[in-house]
Amino acid sequence: MTTLVYLIPAALFLGALGLSGFLWALRSGQYEDLHGAAERILIDRDDKPER
Amino acid sequence: MSCCAPGAEMALDVAGAASVLPSSQEVKLASRSLGGDLYQTDLSVPAVHCAACIRAIETALGKLDRVEGARVNLSTKRVSVRWRGDEVPPFVATLGRLGYDAHLFEPEAYGKDKTLSELIRAVAVAGFAAGNIMLLSVSVWSGAAGATRDLFHWVSALIAIPALAFAGGIFFRSAWNALRHGRMNMDVPIAVGVSLAYAMSLYETINHGDHAYFDASVSLLFFLLIGRTLDHVMRERARTAVKGLSQLAARGAMVLRGDGARDYLPVGEIEPGMQLLIAAGERIPVDGKIIRGSSDLDCSLVSGESTPRTVASGEAVQAGILNLTGPLTVQATAAAKDSFLEEMVRLMEAAEGGRAHYRRIADRVSALYAPVVHLAAFVTFAGWMAATGDWHRAMTIAIAVLIITCPCALGLAVPIVQVVAARRLFESGIMVKDGSAMERLAAIDTAVFDKTGTLTLGQPHLVNAPSIEPAMLAIAAEMAAHSRHPFSRAIAGFAGFAGQPKLESVSEHPGFGIEATAAGSTWRLGRRGWAGWRARTGGEGNHGYGGTVLTKDGIIVASFVFEDALRADARAAIVQLNDARVSMEMLSGDTAAACADVAKALGIDRFVPVLVPSGKVECIEALARAGHKVLMVGDGLNDTPALSAAHVSIAPATAADIGRNAADFVFLRESLLAVPLALDVSRKAGRLIRQNIAIAIVYNTIAVPIAILGHVTPLIAAIAMSASSLLVIGNALRLQGFVLAEVTGAPSATRSGIRASVQPS
Repeated sequence: MTTLVYLIPAALFLGALGLSGFLWALRSGQYEDLHGAAERILIDRDDKPER
Repeated sequence: MSCCAPGAEMALDVAGAASVLPSSQEVKLASRSLGGDLYQTDLSVPAVHCAACIRAIETALGKLDRVEGARVNLSTKRVSVRWRGDEVPPFVATLGRLGYDAHLFEPEAYGKDKTLSELIRAVAVAGFAAGNIMLLSVSVWSGAAGATRDLFHWVSALIAIPALAFAGGIFFRSAWNALRHGRMNMDVPIAVGVSLAYAMSLYETINHGDHAYFDASVSLLFFLLIGRTLDHVMRERARTAVKGLSQLAARGAMVLRGDGARDYLPVGEIEPGMQLLIAAGERIPVDGKIIRGSSDLDCSLVSGESTPRTVASGEAVQAGILNLTGPLTVQATAAAKDSFLEEMVRLMEAAEGGRAHYRRIADRVSALYAPVVHLAAFVTFAGWMAATGDWHRAMTIAIAVLIITCPCALGLAVPIVQVVAARRLFESGIMVKDGSAMERLAAIDTAVFDKTGTLTLGQPHLVNAPSIEPAMLAIAAEMAAHSRHPFSRAIAGFAGFAGQPKLESVSEHPGFGIEATAAGSTWRLGRRGWAGWRARTGGEGNHGYGGTVLTKDGIIVASFVFEDALRADARAAIVQLNDARVSMEMLSGDTAAACADVAKALGIDRFVPVLVPSGKVECIEALARAGHKVLMVGDGLNDTPALSAAHVSIAPATAADIGRNAADFVFLRESLLAVPLALDVSRKAGRLIRQNIAIAIVYNTIAVPIAILGHVTPLIAAIAMSASSLLVIGNALRLQGFVLAEVTGAPSATRSGIRASVQPS
């Protein structure tokens, strides 16, 4: 029972971390061009990195 | 072009046929300032489709002077370019050289999709809450008791609050909206069920009860939000793609002031009486009268007539007409808001009434479903109350009924099928505006086609090339390369046939033809009466485009016969539609003779020629009154009101902007097989939707009696709910399976465009 007092908040915290990570990715536009992201892997970039 | 897939070139050809490069003033007008002298221009590039395209475009644009950066968005097929300075870098031309046609698009398309990001955030929050609460619930179900169980219930209650407030808000708002206007929609039982379940669970938790429904209420929201997001994604994606395709209406025009100054003004600021300079290759922005110059005009978008019209000063012109050969000075006779274009918009709005009455299957079902669910829950409550007098027990069972009948399966059933179907169509180059379009298409029994630009390509092609001497054809092609006239383009395709002739001083005489000198002789390519001024002019050509000749010092050395080419697979499409038991008709603004030729070639029995736009609407309304559900396929401005009046409509990507907006489906490839394919997929999707609704109903007829009898524990409710959702999703995915199987298994039905599209994406 006492371990639950730590484990439940820990589990919730980790879950919330994942959730906020997702929301951050969403807001920073990483889901705007899924199709393009998949294709971009194929491009060799020998020049400067993508901005 | 550096790329690979065969579909791309085709899309390019189609786009290339109708597009005109935007001038740098237009680009500037469409750019937005990012502060300082930094600007961003968004271009729609329909042909971009793979990693090689991305690389080619980004590298080439990045190398231009004053360009800060370029970024391709492959999903929306757009390129955004950031640049500095006052002059616009030549990025449209650069893209053109690479083989990509670029178009500007509407300023309002800039905004991001706020609803979608709200929905996705809601899904994420609901998913997080549902996952955590479910973990706690499983512990309770597997035997946690006493203080532990109470703790778990309290934690669940805490997690559920933000989820209900944020994710549930979407349903609460919509339900409240419906109730306030005296309507009933699917969101009402959801909102009532979810909040009642939460309140009851809280009561249970406070009183140390055994069961709580937090998991049910939150996972219900989760599933429903997935359905709603899919629905939204499908509609928006196609809509923005349609919006971004190309920009045919002129954005502005060069205005000649009284004092000789020239200004580039946006269309909205052009007033009657202003003098506009229209260069060859530009569209006329407003209705007007020609005061100087002569030219050939392409009126196909406006009147449906396929032969270019030769005009001289004094004649009236309508907005949307493309100026082909010579510069014109036009006096505006109407502001943009009073032009022919706007008259089309008004006709279209008037015609749209018929379609507004259509209610989507999901709405119709939910209108029946919601009262039944509430009634069942209420009767259950009353029954248990009367039988036992225990209000707590009666309430619990009534809530169980509300939750187990939850329209999870129904909320997912329709959107998931439509998303899968829309994806299938998207891969074949057909874009769907929204789900109801597929439902409506599945119901049609009559198809009405426009001729110019729909059954035909609206571009002439040379039909007697084999009978012309190759050397003469090569000279003509060489000369034709200097003109934008559709006949010239058709001839220019034969360039490089024989040894290169050496042309000197090529000049175009608008409305007549092209003149050039080579090795001391004067060559003319153009109208018979003009080019062959010393020739013994024979009779006029008997074909629609007859009368174009090549002369050497006035002697006719070759004559050219043109015909409008039929759209690829037009005949195959007609045959397939016939097999699908759809009757067909052709409506056109063109002459009876031109219509009869096309109708005969395609095997269409009925056609009505020389129709004005309102005439087409009347024809369609007459069919509708006779009880037919009509599909309209058309492309021109003159078809736009008819597209709106029909039960459902399809337009090719080359259609006028406004036409594409009025149509429910837009097909990007040249092949007309898109029409039977869309019909086929829509009918299959319709069948699956009905099956899914049937599954939901069967599920309810089994689950509801069990719930009413009071045998449903939260565990059973959770399992039953998820199982019904999974069943519905699985059923919908069958569509992907059997359409694919059909495409790969029946090569005869999948020629050219359709075949090209079946590639992994």
